[in-house]
Amino acid sequence: MQFPAVSVRALLPALIVLGTAGLVLVLDLLPPRARKGHLPVLSLAGIVLALLSTTWLWGEETRAFHGMIVLDGYALFLQLVICYAAGLVVLLSIDYLHERGLESGEYYALVLFATVGMLLMAAAGDLIVVFLSLELMSLSLYVLAGYFRARLASGEAAMKYFLLGAFASAFFLYGIALVYGATGTTNLDRIGASTGRDSLLTIGFALLLVGFGFKISSVPFHMWAPDVYVGAPTSVTVLVATGSKTAAFAALIRVLVSAFRGGQLDSTALLWVLAVATMTVGNVVAIAQSNLKRMLAYSSVAHVGYMLVGLTAGGALGAGAVLFYLLVYTFTTAGAFGVVLLLERAAGEGVSLADYAGLARGHGVLALVLSLFLLSLIGIPPLGGFVGKFYLFGAAVRSGYVGLAVIGVLNSAVASYYYLRLIVYMYMREPEAAPPPSATSFAGGLALAVALAGVIVLGVMPAPFIDLAQAAVTPLLR
Amino acid sequence: MSTTVWLIPACPLLGALVNMVFGGALGRRAHWVGVLAVAAAFVSADAVFARVLDGQVYAGELFPWIVAGSFKTAVSVQVDSLTAVMLLVVTGVGFLIHVYSVGYMDGDPGYARFFAYLNLFVFSMTMLVLAGNFLVLYVFWEAVGLCSYLLIGFWYERPAAAAAGKKAFIVNRVGDFGFGLGVMWLWTALGTLDYSAVFNSVDRLAPATATGIALLLFMGACGKSAQLPLHVWLPDAMEGPTPVSALIHAATMVTAGVYMVARSHALFERSGVALEVVAWIGGLTAIFAATTAVIQTDIKRVLAYSTVSQLGYMFAAVGVGAYAAAVFHLVTHAFFKSLLFLGAGSVIHALGGEQDLRRMGGLAPRMVPTAVTMTVGAAGLAGVPGLAGFFSKDAILAATYAGGHPGLWSVLVLGAFLTSFYAFRLLFLAFFCMPRMAKETAHHVHESPAVMTVPLGALATLTALAGFAVGIPSGAGTPFERFLASVFPLHEGEGGGFTAYALLLLSVIVVAAGFLLAWLMYMTRAVAPNAIGRPKTRLHTLLLNAYYVDRIYDALIVRPLYAFSVFLARGVDLGLLDGVVNGLGRAVVGSAQRLRRLQTGYVVNYALTMLLGVVVLIGFLLAR
Repeated sequence: MQFPAVSVRALLPALIVLGTAGLVLVLDLLPPRARKGHLPVLSLAGIVLALLSTTWLWGEETRAFHGMIVLDGYALFLQLVICYAAGLVVLLSIDYLHERGLESGEYYALVLFATVGMLLMAAAGDLIVVFLSLELMSLSLYVLAGYFRARLASGEAAMKYFLLGAFASAFFLYGIALVYGATGTTNLDRIGASTGRDSLLTIGFALLLVGFGFKISSVPFHMWAPDVYVGAPTSVTVLVATGSKTAAFAALIRVLVSAFRGGQLDSTALLWVLAVATMTVGNVVAIAQSNLKRMLAYSSVAHVGYMLVGLTAGGALGAGAVLFYLLVYTFTTAGAFGVVLLLERAAGEGVSLADYAGLARGHGVLALVLSLFLLSLIGIPPLGGFVGKFYLFGAAVRSGYVGLAVIGVLNSAVASYYYLRLIVYMYMREPEAAPPPSATSFAGGLALAVALAGVIVLGVMPAPFIDLAQAAVTPLLR
Repeated sequence: MSTTVWLIPACPLLGALVNMVFGGALGRRAHWVGVLAVAAAFVSADAVFARVLDGQVYAGELFPWIVAGSFKTAVSVQVDSLTAVMLLVVTGVGFLIHVYSVGYMDGDPGYARFFAYLNLFVFSMTMLVLAGNFLVLYVFWEAVGLCSYLLIGFWYERPAAAAAGKKAFIVNRVGDFGFGLGVMWLWTALGTLDYSAVFNSVDRLAPATATGIALLLFMGACGKSAQLPLHVWLPDAMEGPTPVSALIHAATMVTAGVYMVARSHALFERSGVALEVVAWIGGLTAIFAATTAVIQTDIKRVLAYSTVSQLGYMFAAVGVGAYAAAVFHLVTHAFFKSLLFLGAGSVIHALGGEQDLRRMGGLAPRMVPTAVTMTVGAAGLAGVPGLAGFFSKDAILAATYAGGHPGLWSVLVLGAFLTSFYAFRLLFLAFFCMPRMAKETAHHVHESPAVMTVPLGALATLTALAGFAVGIPSGAGTPFERFLASVFPLHEGEGGGFTAYALLLLSVIVVAAGFLLAWLMYMTRAVAPNAIGRPKTRLHTLLLNAYYVDRIYDALIVRPLYAFSVFLARGVDLGLLDGVVNGLGRAVVGSAQRLRRLQTGYVVNYALTMLLGVVVLIGFLLAR
């Protein structure tokens, strides 16, 4: 038996984060046991190092472990996005956990393990690796969702997430089995090279799509999302909403483009339906929400719908637009949830719409920052959300899906209702109760500053990032 | 030269910005910023003028502005002799009026705001004149309109002022609509908007196309320069502070139309018909407004109608191809009309806000500098020989006659008679008749401070000397015409001989007749205050109401449009569209509430939904 050559370079970002996670676990056991302030700093350092390693590896094209791991421009772009997401989560967690007396090493270690899973998903070249990394990520997130043990909602969220996630994983695994049965391989490229269309492969693909649909919370597999987003600690919600979605999209796009490149089956009609359903359900239900975390949960469902528009359009334009949108979406969503997190009171209160009435009086800066994130979510220039949507819908129009683009734009109009309503509450309503205590969190403020800078830079000078995203997907399409 | 040229608009722009941002802190010192900014612009304009006198020209580009497909345009400027003359007038008269405003606006709560707007206007107007292509011209054409709107409505708490500002803006929109269309048509026809490129290639235009473009551009000029039928805004614009009336609504902005037509004369000449239209609109406006001015009792409205009338003269001159004469009249008119406005402002200041000629009189002994300078101004407007207005008006009349437009010429001669009459009527009623104001007011009459009378003196000197300096024909045309010869080619072999002298004599007779009539009516016997301006005949009533143009517009355009708007707003918008939109909104919210109920919170339900999704997904893919 011959062992495959070990390629450290291909795994470098994931290995850095993994090593940091181990280090955090070890340090957690060493004194000083009472103070944990150094652990998030170490975690952050690891993530930043991984981030730097992606830029250092830029331009790399490595296939390692018999094609199990593919580290190309595409993987690196998404790993960059994931590192940003994880970094923002760690920054937002520090004071959030400290105020609630729940600092611990395992929290950060779990965040880092989940990040490793996400990073590997972006570089997975084989369905087995996709599944393994998906599970690594998911199991960590299940635990994290229930991290507030004393809180009933947290436990409920973890339970639901776990049960439904296991359900979806079962479908996913069954899908892999069927695809293997039809083609004799789990390698994405070799599946793509196999010819012929049979119903076994089709069913397998459908089941894979179910697994991904669950992770990206596409309709009709989205129902866990609102409950989990609300029940889980808000910092974990940020990770679920940004990092895990980015990772799932990373794997989904690679599977769609490498393994199912239209020869065997035509999935665009299905994606069209999923995109429309996801946008519409997300936006329409978000209107009826009075809990901000719930509203943002449905909003993030709707944004998945927009990204599915880009996937439907396909090609370098469509996939590139999705990549760019993932970058914008990560900054915007992390920022919006971040403000909510900073204003959340100890027992998880203070996240309803009424609590935000007159917020601009007491927290002028936070209200302004949140307004900017909301405007970016609506898609108002010159913020990143506008450019992202412009390229998504532009790609749809280029590929001839004018109707889809129209539905997307109409959805954006509906969405502006609930985003603007929040701005109206913050600026034009009288405060109903005493304003929430002033949130002073240096790390949280830093996270918001980074996210805001990202949203503005991506909105004002998007061209280089668009080019990067296009360049990242182009090799996949060959 | 480039730096000096850019300094001309840059200084007032900087002044405007400083007064806008720091106006509150500057308070009473705001005028230092405003006046110095315009003074610097004036000095730069002088330097530019000196170089143009040496025969230099300049064309420069600030930055490429709009690049969209084949449409490329830059923020570009050009300086030739016409530009240099206009720059001198704008910054020079502008400077004097800024100085005058220091006294006139003293104590106004919006002091800094006033100077900020005034500086902004000078910036926009100099850029309008400097523009090197039609798009930049159009942008600053709109910018001066905006400044005019802001300054007419400067005392916005007065409903009349706010309404007058709106009226000016809306009437100008009508004209500018045509102007914008003309610019677009020009681009589609020639593919360029640069002056030199356009004027060099007008021969490529079909005469009909040239006519269409020229008339559309002239529509904009009609709005900006208050020509029939878009003149209605200018008399109302007198609600603005008097320095504004002098600067914007007499000396500079309202002449932008004349400048534009003169600048584009190659285009208008290509058409022929357009020139004829320009000439006749100008002539008709001249006589129309002059007859109206004869009857008015508000001192500023007399001057406003007079401005409309004099602008008509300028358009008539442009229409018969006497461009240099038109520009010369533009310059002299800027001097004597701003002088008259500032003098009127001094009178209004002295009488505590009184503008009605019926309650003035006998001011001459109490306000000697104002009376003397006003006399020079009125004589200049009337065209008394020796003063600037005489030379410029005579040049227009001579050109009209020589150009073979006897009908137009006779209209303009009649207008000259009326001009002389109303100019002296105003002078006599205000300064030389018996005092007719209330005792209390009469007691408080005082001469204005030096900061106001010195600009009056300067403008009076210009009015007295400008004609002698550059307006006397010698050899080929006047010195003024020779200076502009690079822009407007000199006409050969005109003037001189018996006809010229006969015309000159006729001009003098007409002026004298107007003076005599005014003297007989207002000086030989005491005039009862209520006898002035009281309608005696139908004609009188018609003139007093300015031919009812405002009411006709109201009945024909404003009211039907308003009724239609009300129908659209109440019936269509509120009833139909709002109903549909609100209905849709309610439907979305309603379905949101219903969809929300699907989210039961039970894991079993969620899992069932997922299972359903799986079945649908597989079915969908297999069915294809």
